[in-house]
Amino acid sequence: MTVPWLTLLGLVPLIGAVALLLPVKELARYLGMFFALLTAVVGVAVAVMHLGGVPLAEKVAWLPSFGAWWALGLDGMGLVMVLLTVVLVPVVLLAEWKIPSLGRWTPQVFVALVLALESLSIYTFLAADVLLFYLFFEATLVPMYFLIGGFGGPKRAHAAMKFLLFSLAGGLVMLVSVVGLYVASGKHLGTSSYLIADLIQLQLPTDIGRWLMLGFLVAFIVKAPMVPVHTWLPSATEQATPGTSVLLVGILDKIGTFGMIKFCLGLFPEASQWVAPVMVVLALVSIIYGAIAAIGSSDLLRLIAYTSVSHFGFMVLGIYTFTTVGMSGSIFYMVNHGFSTAALFLVVGMMISRRGSSKIADFGGVQKVAPVLSGFLLLAGLSGLALPGMSSFVSEFMVMAGAWSRVPWVAAIAALGTVLAAVYILLMYQRTMTGPVTEVTAKHFTNDLGMREKWVAAPLVAVILLLGFIPGLALKVIEPTAQQTMSVVGIADPVAPLGEEGK
Amino acid sequence: MNIATPTFEWMQLAPVLTVLVAACLGVVIEAVVPRALRLMSQLVAVGLGILIAIGFLFLNYASHSVGILAMGAVALDGPTYLMWASLLIFGLLSMMVFAERTLNNGATAFAASAASVPGTPGEAEAVAAKQEHTEVFPLALFSLSGMMVFVAATDLITAFVALEVMSLPLYLLSGMARRRRLLSQEAALKYFLLGSLSSAFFLFGMALIYGYAGSFDFVAIDKAVLAPTYGNGLLLTGMGLMAVGLLFKIGAVPFHNWVPDVYVGAPTPVTSFMAICTKLAAVGATARFFFVALGAERWSWQPMLAAIAVITMLLGVVLALTQTDIKRLLAYSSVSHAGFILVALVGATVATANSASSSVAAIIFYLLAYGFATAAAFAVVTMVRDSAGEMHDISGWAGLGRKNPVIAAAFALAMLSFAGIPLTAGFIGKWEVFAAAWEGGYAWLVVVAVVASLIAAYVYLKVVVLMFFSEAAEGVEVAKASPLTLVPIVVGTVATVYLGIFPGPLMDVVTAASIFIR
Repeated sequence: MTVPWLTLLGLVPLIGAVALLLPVKELARYLGMFFALLTAVVGVAVAVMHLGGVPLAEKVAWLPSFGAWWALGLDGMGLVMVLLTVVLVPVVLLAEWKIPSLGRWTPQVFVALVLALESLSIYTFLAADVLLFYLFFEATLVPMYFLIGGFGGPKRAHAAMKFLLFSLAGGLVMLVSVVGLYVASGKHLGTSSYLIADLIQLQLPTDIGRWLMLGFLVAFIVKAPMVPVHTWLPSATEQATPGTSVLLVGILDKIGTFGMIKFCLGLFPEASQWVAPVMVVLALVSIIYGAIAAIGSSDLLRLIAYTSVSHFGFMVLGIYTFTTVGMSGSIFYMVNHGFSTAALFLVVGMMISRRGSSKIADFGGVQKVAPVLSGFLLLAGLSGLALPGMSSFVSEFMVMAGAWSRVPWVAAIAALGTVLAAVYILLMYQRTMTGPVTEVTAKHFTNDLGMREKWVAAPLVAVILLLGFIPGLALKVIEPTAQQTMSVVGIADPVAPLGEEGK
Repeated sequence: MNIATPTFEWMQLAPVLTVLVAACLGVVIEAVVPRALRLMSQLVAVGLGILIAIGFLFLNYASHSVGILAMGAVALDGPTYLMWASLLIFGLLSMMVFAERTLNNGATAFAASAASVPGTPGEAEAVAAKQEHTEVFPLALFSLSGMMVFVAATDLITAFVALEVMSLPLYLLSGMARRRRLLSQEAALKYFLLGSLSSAFFLFGMALIYGYAGSFDFVAIDKAVLAPTYGNGLLLTGMGLMAVGLLFKIGAVPFHNWVPDVYVGAPTPVTSFMAICTKLAAVGATARFFFVALGAERWSWQPMLAAIAVITMLLGVVLALTQTDIKRLLAYSSVSHAGFILVALVGATVATANSASSSVAAIIFYLLAYGFATAAAFAVVTMVRDSAGEMHDISGWAGLGRKNPVIAAAFALAMLSFAGIPLTAGFIGKWEVFAAAWEGGYAWLVVVAVVASLIAAYVYLKVVVLMFFSEAAEGVEVAKASPLTLVPIVVGTVATVYLGIFPGPLMDVVTAASIFIR
């Protein structure tokens, strides 16, 4: 009998989460870290097997009478998202090693919730059945809700509620489409099925396809927060601990763009083309609006949230301009954004834990008292503004190249976003790090980064640089998915792919 | 003249008969057993009665015995099996809570002497003498037997008699709360008056339908609808009037006014019994009546029920939003669930080769999910107390997660299931209901239901927020309870999670048994 590796991959952190229900007290962090690292090992093993050509797909009857299966599968995009997840979780646990207890909200609860979230996210990325995907997509909300609501700033309960209501609203709209897909597949396939492999062959009437696609799209737009439904994200990151924000923005929000590619484009190609002009405009609005709002933010955590809104705009732009290079760039962007935002959130978290405030105005001259800290912030920031040499540069360039080859003026507007990115990152760096050492800075920043904190930041920066110089490592995995999606959508690239030389 | 010998299928009807025998035994226990032993004996009678009934039910199910029984009075078919099993299980779970004494300093939730005027020396004497009304058990069993006949009834006379057998004990039970007795008595009176009125509507509707079809039998009515000899004025009026009676019992808007008052006034264990079993029975009977007797006339009743479903869902959740009393909140929540159930009913979908969706299966699965969550939720309500008794004000529930995380988590899980969050039974129920409605051509109703679900989610999550993210309220605590209360909580939560993750096996059973015989 073959080992169900994909099920196992999600099961390991789940077992960890359940084990943490026992009263392990001080051991909780170590136990959590053990399971997180074990998951990472299994994740890498799965990646090696997948790339080595070992078939990993699993399919077990779950609700056979309704055509729903416990079906897991892996493609290039799923693989990089899973790897992103298994790498970020131990980093987050390490970063939040000293998370304070708030009554019953102990570090043990935090670790258990993070592991539960990891398990559910992994299954979301692996699901090869629409109902199964929906189930996990919605289930991730529960641990994330408690992570935001249990740990963080004074208004965290309100922020958690806002997060949940936005996500639930999107999710319920998607539920309508999920139900509709069931009925439509019964009608047009002969037997109802939720398997993506079956649904790809579904030939839907145009209007039904468009309506169903819209249901999915609404959920994904809320998830990968795009203007105008992004407002929950800044409130959530402002109140949550930086570690939670990493999981939220770095992993969970990616399900939005992930879903657009896998479900909107994959299942409803005609409808996706139909909606593309609107999506491109929304993406541009998000890019520009997110950047401007980031420049105007007085709070570091809100600032990072708005930069993410802008970055998600780029990802969506890459998806809906329908070029192979843009699509690959978009998927690569999802990975890079995960690492660079994680670096930003966690380094800023180290600043906040010293200063006790997240207001930009409360910092100044930190560079002189904590040079290592400020160095990491600069690296994370430069990655955020897509400096050449950083991995995010490659992906942003690919997205822009794709957009340019399709509609030049779209790329021109998007390019404005990269200029604004330089403004918000460098202004933030200037205001907090440079200048004379203020009185409060001297009082609060008594120590530079400790060993643990260095171990949090260093791996992230290393990955960013590694993928920046050798993007081929990731692109080789990603490109088949991009090509596959493009062939499903059925649009040829406008000219010879510009990214060829970049590989 | 040739008179046929009456036939009576003893074995097939044994589940109902066993419950009736247990109820009669309960009456005898009241007469002969000394007071100190009565509660225990009643509990044994209830437990044995229901378990034996389940045993008979299972034996019949194993031998695939189906058919129209008792000379055309009741039908034993798939839905009957499922409804009977659910009624028996939920009846047992609720009645266990009836017997809980640990929470209340050695007394049950029922008045020491319901007949004495509140605040009089007579009442004080009864309390001092530690009197208790153990008659509640036989009363509930009689009610349960009525429910069982109601869901299986295939002629209108049987249905009406069953309706009354089910309702009369409930009127009594609602008036017997130990605390806040005037409120309880008011609730009972209200329930009785409105209930009688609705029964009158039901009866009037029956008469008109008899006038139209010339028979009380569902199948005969169906035949008359298919081959009409007169215009359908009598039929439509009769259908409307009977719908009033049925929708009243379901608690659908605009016949829901009794629900919040009665749910609040009645002793909490009785509320739980009503919220689950009465709703189950009423929905089961409604489905059978509309599908079997009026299936051919569905173009007339589908729009009517669709409109009722819309206002029931929306009004239920919107009013739940404004409640400050936990029992009132659960009452309005139960009203909105009635609306969701009607969504599936409206679809009138039958499983086909292409699609396994079926309205009856969706309704039954939804009721099961709702029943398990409700059983756990109301059992928790009996445990959250301050010095004056159960704490119904929601502000008193603040910070419950700090005081007793396990019980608070159980309640939160029930709320998540009500809200239809995935990995709980409530989600699967909602999904099935939506699929059945869409399959029946009511996609727009699914959209409305989704809007209602979103508002509902806010209602339930507000409670979760309060329990877990607020400062603890003073003077309120989770009292220690005996297994009589804890077992329903455990069963409710475990079933909610299990059915959320592995709904397959039960769903197959329910889908396979979702056809009414004629």
